[in-house]
Amino acid sequence: MNLILFTFIVLLGFTSYYFGRKKAYTIQSTKKRLTALPQFYGYYLAIWCAIPAFIIFSLWAIFEPTIVKLLILSDYSNQGYLDDELNLIYEKTKALSRGQFTGEITPFIEASAEKYLSLRSIAQSSKVVIVLSAIIASVAYAYKRISSNSRTREPVEKFLNAVLFTASLAAILTTVGIVFSLIFQTIDFFKVIPLFDFVFGTHWYPAKAFVRDSSEALDPTMYSDTFGAVPIFAGTFFIAFIAMCVAIPIGLMSGIYLAEYASYKVRQYAKPLIEILAGIPTVVYGFFAALTVGPFLKELGTSMGLEVSAESALAAGGVMGIMIIPFISSLSDDVITSVPQSLRDGSYAMGATKSETIKRVIFPAALPGIVGSILLGVSRAIGETMIVVMASGLAANLTLNPLESTSTITAQIVVILIGDQAFGDPKTQAAFALGMSLFLVTLCLNIVALRVVKKYREKYE
Amino acid sequence: MNKNKEQLLNKRYKAEQRFRLYGQSAIFMALLFLTIFIFKIFSTGYSAFQKTWLIVPVTFDAELMMLEQNPSKEDIQDADYYDIALKSMADLDLNANEDQENELKRMVSYFFEKEIKNELLNDPSLIGKTKEVYLTASDDLDQVFKGNYPRDLPEDQRRVSDYQLKIFDQLVANGKVESKFNISFFTNADSREAELAGIASSFMGSIFSILVCLMIAFPVAVLAAIYLEEFAPKNRFTDFIEVNINNLAAVPSIVFGLLGLGVLLAIFQLPRSTPLVGGITLSLMTLPTIIIAARASLKAVPPSIREAALAMGASRMQTTMHHTVPLSMPGTLSGTIIGLAQALGETAPLILIGMVAFVNTIPGSPMDPAASLPVQIYIWAESAERGFVEKVSACIMVLLGFLITMNLFAQIIRHKFEKKWS
Repeated sequence: MNLILFTFIVLLGFTSYYFGRKKAYTIQSTKKRLTALPQFYGYYLAIWCAIPAFIIFSLWAIFEPTIVKLLILSDYSNQGYLDDELNLIYEKTKALSRGQFTGEITPFIEASAEKYLSLRSIAQSSKVVIVLSAIIASVAYAYKRISSNSRTREPVEKFLNAVLFTASLAAILTTVGIVFSLIFQTIDFFKVIPLFDFVFGTHWYPAKAFVRDSSEALDPTMYSDTFGAVPIFAGTFFIAFIAMCVAIPIGLMSGIYLAEYASYKVRQYAKPLIEILAGIPTVVYGFFAALTVGPFLKELGTSMGLEVSAESALAAGGVMGIMIIPFISSLSDDVITSVPQSLRDGSYAMGATKSETIKRVIFPAALPGIVGSILLGVSRAIGETMIVVMASGLAANLTLNPLESTSTITAQIVVILIGDQAFGDPKTQAAFALGMSLFLVTLCLNIVALRVVKKYREKYE
Repeated sequence: MNKNKEQLLNKRYKAEQRFRLYGQSAIFMALLFLTIFIFKIFSTGYSAFQKTWLIVPVTFDAELMMLEQNPSKEDIQDADYYDIALKSMADLDLNANEDQENELKRMVSYFFEKEIKNELLNDPSLIGKTKEVYLTASDDLDQVFKGNYPRDLPEDQRRVSDYQLKIFDQLVANGKVESKFNISFFTNADSREAELAGIASSFMGSIFSILVCLMIAFPVAVLAAIYLEEFAPKNRFTDFIEVNINNLAAVPSIVFGLLGLGVLLAIFQLPRSTPLVGGITLSLMTLPTIIIAARASLKAVPPSIREAALAMGASRMQTTMHHTVPLSMPGTLSGTIIGLAQALGETAPLILIGMVAFVNTIPGSPMDPAASLPVQIYIWAESAERGFVEKVSACIMVLLGFLITMNLFAQIIRHKFEKKWS
C-alpha cells in the first residue's frame, strides 16, 4: 500500500513537470515574455506536487504506529499494568491481527485486535485521502502561480539550495548520532559503576556480570572490582606502541627515501605498491597475524628458550605496524615534498651532503607535519579492531611483556557485544563506556593531528 | 691537518651512504611484508578451489529405497536413500564390522544421500542398476588428498582413523579419488561442514550492503560536497561542518558499529543482522571519504569554466549543475569507488550489528539476515576445523580480487575521463 502510494506520488511529480513546461510554452505562444526557462515551470510544479505530499507521507509513517498504540492501550490504562506488560499486550494484539498469534486468545486481546485492524484501515484510507488532497491543493496553488507568469527560477533554486544544505548536515548528524548512541548507555553504566572504579580499577572481568540471575535486582557491590579498565587501556596503548615501533622507522624512512632519493621510476612503482598495504582489509591482517605470525613467533621463542603465548601482543602489534606503514610513509612523503626547494638549495650551497640536509634542515622544517602523520597513525592503531580480536588475547592481563597476551578496548567491545545483547545490563553498557572512551581519545588525537598538519600546510603554501 | 679533513669527509660520505641504505631497506622491508603476505595467502588458499570426490559404486536397489514398480517422479523424490547410501559406503570393505561401517560412512560428507538422490533424479532408468557416483569427500580426507594433513600424528590425535586412511589409500591406488574444480565453493551458503561451505550467502550479503551503502552515501555526499564547495558562506558554521567531516573520516570503524547498534537497532528497531542495517552503517562511514573526494575534484575545476558560464547569464545553480558538477564527476566517481572498496573490506561494525550470525541460506533481499565476505573470513578463521583454513584464504583471495578490480576501475575512470586543465 505504502509502496503504491509512493510510486503514485513520484509518477505525479513527473507528470506535473511535463504539464508545467507545457504551460510555459502556451504562455510563450501568447507572445508574453517568460520569467524563466520553460523547464523551471516544470520543476516548480513538480516540487510543489511531490514535496508536501512526501512530508505528510513520512510524518504519517513515523507517527501512525505510536498513535495507534496509544489508542489501543488506552483501553487498559486504568488497570494498573506495568509498561512492560502493556508492551506485551500490544505485541500480542499485533500478532493476533496478523494471524500469527500462537498463545491463548483472551476476549480482551481479541477485541483489541479487532480495534487494531479497524484503526489501521481507518489510518490507511485517511492517509490516502489526506495525501491526495494535499497534492491537489498544492498543485492548484502552484499552477495558479505559473499561469500568472510569476517567477519560478528563484523558488526552484532556493529549494535546491535548501536540499544541498540539508545534505551537508549529514556529517553533523552522524557525529550527533555517535555521541547520542554512546552517551546514554555510558551514563547508565556510571550510575552502577563509579567512574573512579572504571578509570583506576585494575581488574577487568566482565563475564562476572553474567553469573547473576537476570531476575534479581542489581547489586552494585557485586560489580566492584569487575569493571576496572586500567588493564584494557594499558593493553591498548601497549599494542599501539609496539605497532608504532614497527611503523615509524619503516614508514618514515621509506617516506624520506621516496621523497628525496628515489628516481622517478622507483617512485612510480614503489609508492602504489606500498599503498596496497593500506588497502588490504584488516580482517585479512588479523588472519595473517593469527595463523602465521603468532605461531611463528611462538616457535622462534621456544627455540630460544622463551615462553611466548600464541596470542602475543607482539604478533598483533607487529602486524598492525605493517598495516600503518603506508599511512605514515605517504603522509610524510607529502609533507617532505612540500618543503620549499630553496631550503634544500641553501643547505647544499653550504656544502652539506644530502643526508645532512635531510637530517638538519628538511626534517626540522617538516617536523610538525610528520608529527601530525604519526598522531593519525596512533589514532588508527588505537581504533584498530579485527587484528586484535583475532590475534591478541581476549583476557585482560595487566602486563608489559610483549610475549604475553593482552587485550584492547576494541577487542573487549567486540567480545561483549558479539551475539545477542541485553540493553540495560551493566556488561553491555560497559562496552558503550569503552566505546565512549575510544571515541574521545581518537577524537582528541585527530583534532590535534589535523590542526598540526593544517598549520604546517599553511606555512608553506 | 689535511689527512684529518679527508677522514672527516670520508666519514660524512659513509654516513650519507648509510642513510641511503636505511631508506632502501625500509622500502625493501615494506615490499617484503607485502610479498610474504600475498604468497602466504595464495599458497594456503589455492587448494580450496579444488574439491576431492570419492567415486563409489552405488546399487539403486528399488527394494531398499521402498520404491514400487514404475515409480513416478514424485516417488523418486520421496524415496528413502539412506539405506542404499549407507550400503554403498559399507560395501567399500566387505569385511567391515559395524564400527568400521560407521567410519566408512564418515568418509563422505553428510550430503551423500542427496548426491545419490540427484543422480537418480537425473536418470530414473538407473533403478536396479549399479553406477559409480561422485560423492564429496569429508573435509579431513580432502585435506589428506591435498597433502595438508599431518598423517604421522598418533591416531588418537587426529580425526581420521588409520582404518579410514587405509581404505582411502586403496581408493587412491584404484584411481577412485578425483579432484575437480570446486563449484560448490561459489554456489553454496555457509555450512558447519568445511567440505560443503561456500561463499554465496556472504557474497550476496556484501553486494546488498554495498548497494545500500552506495544508494545512501553517494547522493548525500555529492550534494553535501556541492554545497560546501560552491554555495556555503565562509562562516563558523561551515567550518564546524568541515571539522566534523574531517573527524568522521578518522573515527575508528567500530564506533560506527556502536552507532548502528545503539541507534539503528535499538531506537529505530530495524531488523538485526540484515544488509540493510549494515549498508546504512557503512554509508555513514564512507560519507566523509566521498565528500572529501568530491570536494577535491570540484576544486580542481578551474574558475574560468564558472566565470564563462556566469558571463553567459547562467545563474549560480545552473553554472554548478550544468558545468562544474559534470566536469567533476570522474574524480567524484573514482573517489566513490575507493570509498566503497573500503566499506567492502570492513568487518568490525558489521559484527556489532549482528551480521556474524550463522546463515545457511542465500539472502534474496537486503532485509534477509546475511553475513558479508570479510565477516565470513572472520567466522571461518575462528573455526577450529582444519578444512576451514584454506577456505579462509580462498575467501580472502576472492575479496582481494574484488578490491583490486574496484581500485583498477577507479584508476581507469580517473585517467580516461578526467580532464587535464593545464
